[in-house]
Amino acid sequence: MLTIQSVSKIYPGGAHALSNVSLDIDAAEIVAVIGGSGCGKSTLLRLVAGLDRPSSGRVLIDHEPISAPHPAVGVVFQEPRLFPWLTVAQNVGFGLSGASKPQQGARVAAALQRVGLADHARRWPRQLSGGQAQRVALARALAPQPRALLLDEPFSALDAFTRADLQDHLLSLWDELRPTLLLVTHDIEEALVLADRVVVMQSRPGRIAAVLPIALPRPRDRISPEFDELKREALRILGHSWRAPPHAIAAE
Amino acid sequence: MQQQTLDAAQAAAFATDAARRPGASATPDAPVAARPPQTQSAPRRMAGIERRLAGWILPLLLILAWEALSRAGVIHGNVLPAPSAIALAGWQAARSGDLFQNMAVSAARALAGLIVGGAIGFVFGIANGVSELSHRYTDTTLQMIRNVPHLALIPLVILWFGIDEEAKLFLVALGVFFPIYINTLHGVRTVDPHLIEMGRAYGMTPVTLFVRVILPGALPSIFVGLRFALGVMWLTLIVAETIAAQSGLGHMAMQGREFLQVDVVMLAILIYALLGKLADVLTRLLEGVCLSWHPNFQPARS
Repeated sequence: MLTIQSVSKIYPGGAHALSNVSLDIDAAEIVAVIGGSGCGKSTLLRLVAGLDRPSSGRVLIDHEPISAPHPAVGVVFQEPRLFPWLTVAQNVGFGLSGASKPQQGARVAAALQRVGLADHARRWPRQLSGGQAQRVALARALAPQPRALLLDEPFSALDAFTRADLQDHLLSLWDELRPTLLLVTHDIEEALVLADRVVVMQSRPGRIAAVLPIALPRPRDRISPEFDELKREALRILGHSWRAPPHAIAAE
Repeated sequence: MQQQTLDAAQAAAFATDAARRPGASATPDAPVAARPPQTQSAPRRMAGIERRLAGWILPLLLILAWEALSRAGVIHGNVLPAPSAIALAGWQAARSGDLFQNMAVSAARALAGLIVGGAIGFVFGIANGVSELSHRYTDTTLQMIRNVPHLALIPLVILWFGIDEEAKLFLVALGVFFPIYINTLHGVRTVDPHLIEMGRAYGMTPVTLFVRVILPGALPSIFVGLRFALGVMWLTLIVAETIAAQSGLGHMAMQGREFLQVDVVMLAILIYALLGKLADVLTRLLEGVCLSWHPNFQPARS
């Protein structure tokens, strides 16, 4: 499980990106973080990934503090970030340094099989479409079998059809491997389709405005009245946090 | 001057790079462009042969016209010997063994200079690309030296080293240093920061990060530097050998001048052209092996 304990982040320029954020995420739970730009949601993810260090507070994975990139935490960014000089299979095997060669090969093959790109193993990244590249990025992040997978707006650069397809795909991967998922997105619908809980953040300084539990069973119907109701609720909180001055909602 | 040529060539390379990418991403989930089919039809094979030979048609026509004009007496043999006469001179030089000995001497000088100067340029390029401190302290000096035409140092070099091997080595090494330095530096500095961050996300140490991410990312630019360096290498060597040498192709040309053997002079010049082309072909082959992942180094597709 991931534990975020009263984390604050102040950048050298004085920007207050996060202020006293606390969040517990259970093992195999899916948590989506939404909020307008500049609310610190990406900063939060970078802190959990160990790519940045908090100014105060700490982040733990299974009670172990994260101060640098942790092998049990995988990351997928908005861009696939595949290494263009490695084949698809070599990219997927990039983070598998500990295992033996045959073991690595087996893991790469399994990971590619899972994302449905087993026959693309020897291609170069430039030969992939945007959706395929992002699936390879998912396979690469999942190949070392991380306990937590962090996703930073992973599908926002894709077209609507590919995005919905990959969202379903992510859920089936999660169902199979059960990692903890922390997903940062600006797409409310994506958050509601995927997450067990949706964390709504607000900006200046970045903090948690509300946490919405989503009790709908999966797979979720995007046009059901319950789904609509939750969407309205999330929009209401977001709209509220945009308009209201910080002290008015500080009581939360 | 040199800097401008480098920048222009790189800008062109990036422009084609950028022009190709949108095309590639325009169809997000469409299947990848099919490879050319294994079985090629006859017109296709003919087109392939045509593409490979096209570059040689113009030189061949020029030589034929030249031979014809020489035989007709329009071009006088004392001014410009006929291609057949040059070929004969080449055959004689080859039979006596002088030609190959001179070629070997020149090639060894060129290679030694390239290795010494290229290695130093590469190390400085990497160091200044990776370390801000190193860049701050050495780049200004290097840029000042770069703006002195290295061929202007020939009188000084002769005073220092005489006309021995050191003189040629020094000049060639100095000449190839800068294209390799500048392009290595540029390559290291322009590696996609997203990829470096991705490497960091895997908990890589700086050394691993360098070997697995920064160096491969900088490789296309390093090859651009190598190709410029090869051009500078020949140029420097020829000038140096023409002015001060006791062996080598440049020396052979100068001897031909002294004995009024225009055909030998022409032979040397033609060999320069062929050797330059050979170096270029070898670099292309190396690029094909090392950069097959890169969209700019793909075999041309019709």
